[in-house]
Amino acid sequence: MTTRITLFSITLALSLISGCGSHRAGGATAIDQPRNSVLRMAVTTSTRDSGLLDALVPVFEKEAGVRVDIIASGTGKALKLGESGDVDLVLVHARQAEDEFMSAGHGIRREDVMFNTFEIVGPPNDPAAIRDMQPVAALQKIAKAGQVFFSRGDESGTHQRELQLWSSGGGRPYWQDYIENGQGMGATLTMADQLQAYTLTDHGTYLAMRDMIDLIPLITSAKKLENPYGIIVVAPGKHESINDSDAQDFVDFIISPKAQRLIRDFKVDGESLFYPLHLEPEN
Amino acid sequence: MQYLSDGLGEAMGYLLRMEPSVISAAFRSLWISSLAVLFATLCGVPLGSWLARASIPGRWLLVFALRVAMAFPTVFLGLVCFAIFSRRGPLGALELLYTPWVIVIGEFVLAVPIIASLTHGAVFSLDSRVHETAVTLGAGPIRRWFTYISEARTGITLAVLTAFARCITELGIAMMVGGNIQGRTRTLATATAMETDKGAFAQGLAMGFIMLTIALLVTAIIGWLNHENEV
Repeated sequence: MTTRITLFSITLALSLISGCGSHRAGGATAIDQPRNSVLRMAVTTSTRDSGLLDALVPVFEKEAGVRVDIIASGTGKALKLGESGDVDLVLVHARQAEDEFMSAGHGIRREDVMFNTFEIVGPPNDPAAIRDMQPVAALQKIAKAGQVFFSRGDESGTHQRELQLWSSGGGRPYWQDYIENGQGMGATLTMADQLQAYTLTDHGTYLAMRDMIDLIPLITSAKKLENPYGIIVVAPGKHESINDSDAQDFVDFIISPKAQRLIRDFKVDGESLFYPLHLEPEN
Repeated sequence: MQYLSDGLGEAMGYLLRMEPSVISAAFRSLWISSLAVLFATLCGVPLGSWLARASIPGRWLLVFALRVAMAFPTVFLGLVCFAIFSRRGPLGALELLYTPWVIVIGEFVLAVPIIASLTHGAVFSLDSRVHETAVTLGAGPIRRWFTYISEARTGITLAVLTAFARCITELGIAMMVGGNIQGRTRTLATATAMETDKGAFAQGLAMGFIMLTIALLVTAIIGWLNHENEV
């Protein structure tokens, strides 16, 4: 019992501390670094927390002789850092926002990289009885039953997907226990667990948290729950400091068969998290 | 610079339009920290002044501990409150987690050492003639105590203001046990962090400016109540 709470607390503290760290990293620009030796990449917290980047980035760093600095935040802030020229690369999952970013001229190249999946998790006794339903209908049923539902409410990729699921179902009904907490996925899962509530999460964060919470996945496989990741090279035109040549190399690397195989073979607790989009099926 | 001027403009806009979400977060921040500081003052001022004048063995140890406790990291206090009020914690049954009340409790714990330590300092450094005069005039212990508080009021006011400043800006407790829930537990500090995470830097700065506005008002009101016109 006590160890569980301690584990909780440690996870929460770590996510808070790392959150604070990224604020600072976001504001600072590389000073006195020889040009082109450092590549700054903004990623969503889900990619960092899963450990995928720890499997990919060192391989590139060794091959290219470039140091990659990772700044993890929500999709909204990651794109904003790209827009203001504080990073060279952006790896996010919010297709619509990515397209807007490109058409506004903030990026020069965008590639699909991989996808992972969302799932709807909830208390094991499933008071709204949504198990194995289609996600759109399930959310409406949670609302009708007046059950507690946590919304990230932070314009992250996960939040945007939740909003799409509501609008596909004819909009979100108003009810008392729709709770917007404006926090990251790990914190939201912890809060939902405390109140035995439903929420939408990416599979990776759920796997990382599952030993510490009682919530279980209730809806896992549906086309509407696929979550594609894109990588964008920030346009060098507006900001002198953009390291676009190394950024281009990184994009070439991440869609190369070698990196795509690393993505396919990356597992947490024996489960695949990400599915590459540039790998021909091998028989 | 662009961000700063955008932020200032955004803050003005919120205040002029009385933007409901921002105004409610501002009032929530204000009442939560005021309540916490009020209770902390009721405990901290007597504790601090007693420690300054009482002659008990081991007093220095308590003073030392309170001074160390002034450095409590708010994330740490948030974690302790979480462990206590969590569903699986000893006081989980009270169902206080993710309510404003648990933020009040956490900020109270944050504020007491600050108020007690600074009050101790203010009363301890009073001219010894204050004590002698009070005794000569035949004041009893209670009257003497009121004399100390009254003579040290500038220092004690500073203690209360310092605690208030720490509480209204603190993020660790409000985020961890309050949960930044829209319309329930969102404070200016958690809203600032959230807007920053969203990449809405101007809105984040606007929240910061509104916090400073509140600090300005509170400082002015307390100064006026204290008749510190000559300062």
